[in-house]
Amino acid sequence: MDIVRVISKRSFVLGLLLLILILLATSPLYAPRYTVILLTSIFMYIIITVSWTMFSGPTGYISLAPAAFFGVGIYTSAILGRALPLPLVIGIGGLAGFCLALLVGALTLRLRGIYFVMFTFGLVELLLHFVLWWEVNITGTTGRVVPSVDNTTVYYLMLIIFAILMLTAYLIKRSKLGLALQSIGQEEDAAAHTGVNVTMVKVMTFAISAFFMGTAGAIMATRWTYIDPRIAFNPLLSFMPVLMAIFGGMGQLYGPVIGAAIFTYLEEFLITRFPYYYMLIFGIIMVLAIVYLPDGLVGLIQKLWKRISERKYAYT
Amino acid sequence: MPILEGKGVTKYFGGLAAVSNVDFTVEQGEALGLIGPNGAGKTTLFDLISAALVPKSGTIRFKGEDITGLKPYKICRMGVARTFQMVKVFADMPVLNNVALGSYFGTSPGMSSTDAVREATELLKFVGLSEVKATPAKDLTLANQKRLEVARALATKPELLLLDEMMAGLNPAELAQAMELITRIRDKGITIFMIEHVMKAIMSVCDRIIVLHHGQKIAQGTPQEITTSKTVIKVYLGEKAHAGS
Repeated sequence: MDIVRVISKRSFVLGLLLLILILLATSPLYAPRYTVILLTSIFMYIIITVSWTMFSGPTGYISLAPAAFFGVGIYTSAILGRALPLPLVIGIGGLAGFCLALLVGALTLRLRGIYFVMFTFGLVELLLHFVLWWEVNITGTTGRVVPSVDNTTVYYLMLIIFAILMLTAYLIKRSKLGLALQSIGQEEDAAAHTGVNVTMVKVMTFAISAFFMGTAGAIMATRWTYIDPRIAFNPLLSFMPVLMAIFGGMGQLYGPVIGAAIFTYLEEFLITRFPYYYMLIFGIIMVLAIVYLPDGLVGLIQKLWKRISERKYAYT
Repeated sequence: MPILEGKGVTKYFGGLAAVSNVDFTVEQGEALGLIGPNGAGKTTLFDLISAALVPKSGTIRFKGEDITGLKPYKICRMGVARTFQMVKVFADMPVLNNVALGSYFGTSPGMSSTDAVREATELLKFVGLSEVKATPAKDLTLANQKRLEVARALATKPELLLLDEMMAGLNPAELAQAMELITRIRDKGITIFMIEHVMKAIMSVCDRIIVLHHGQKIAQGTPQEITTSKTVIKVYLGEKAHAGS
């Protein structure tokens, strides 16, 4: 009985995922252009948030570096966009993020708590001012033009990266690497004395998560067409994934996904309806969410689900 | 050849010599006790062996190989596992996963998940925690958390097990169980090096005992020799002249 329920639940979830994927993949055929563009930016935030949660969720190392890796992807696109085909540029953007994270991770992942947070945030500012200085003094420009790509292509690229990321995050969470990440978050010393190469595990996961942020940046640059250091290394993009992950809840894989999706949609909705008050309303929603939903939307869903299934059992 | 050998092991915390010029050997298959008053440097010595700390000078050899300055995970993978004085369980993880981590990353890495889970289940049975394997580790009693740490250490398949005050804070019934557990671990052929304040336990379980005081080794020998040693009595109870005044 239980086994039947587990199997049918699994196939139900798989079927649902497939249906959503098909709907998303075909949406440019029938959905209005505005929806496709909105979905693209939702995907961008989902990619950044899920890859942030991949590392920071289980380990508790709060990274404020997403904007740095995203910005590196953007600049890859701006520099190589004309010379190389787009998929290659995106791959290189991801690799650039990956390599930067390896370097930064090896240097800083011995820092714990607030020191790690401060360093990662400092990294964004450091890169911003370094690129600014470079552009002004060496290349003699401030901004760059990125060859633009049509909306549907950008949408599909984001969708592909999103699918790869979700698969990666799922596999990591289920593997022994996922277990090691969790153990590091809870008792790092004990993990090390139980045979976990903690530095390696942290640096590699940090770099994998940076890879996806880099690819998202490389794709997004083609839609923005004009970029400068302040757009590319926007600190807001470091805070958004943290807020979105908390809002969605980090306990389950789908938490950061719905967190990022609802957050992005809400922002879009408020900015069009209440252009003057949207930041205020946004802030109030955020405060309410943190006070009343400590486990995010996932916690709320699980609580409701528990209530429903208990009621179901009560009648049988 | 001794399984573990330390020569001139020294560690300073600022100007304080926490462990100073200590020589020790642990023989294959024995149970060696480490005692001493609070602050004698017992846990520091364990931290030096398991590489949580790096010694200022001296060498530590495991099975003849110099392991001084290696990373903790390497020491563990070579076959030295430990538990902690202040329990360090993975609080939010189920008991089973706490142990499975040891199977995955210990001396025989590359284990499949079915094997790791099977092994962890067996070890939980061995230490008597089968009933609570799905419970988050933080919900266990202190005695059970200590047993969980032992199971996690055993999951790495060590040849040498360092037990840091496994008996502290246990009631008499739990104490008897813990002593029986240590005997069963020895029967598996695992060498034991244990810090303990509970004299009854250490006297009955250990073949030999080392006494530390102010970071220095002041005595070693069989339990009988230690209980009758004048230096040891002086350290623990003070000199008669002082005691009288």
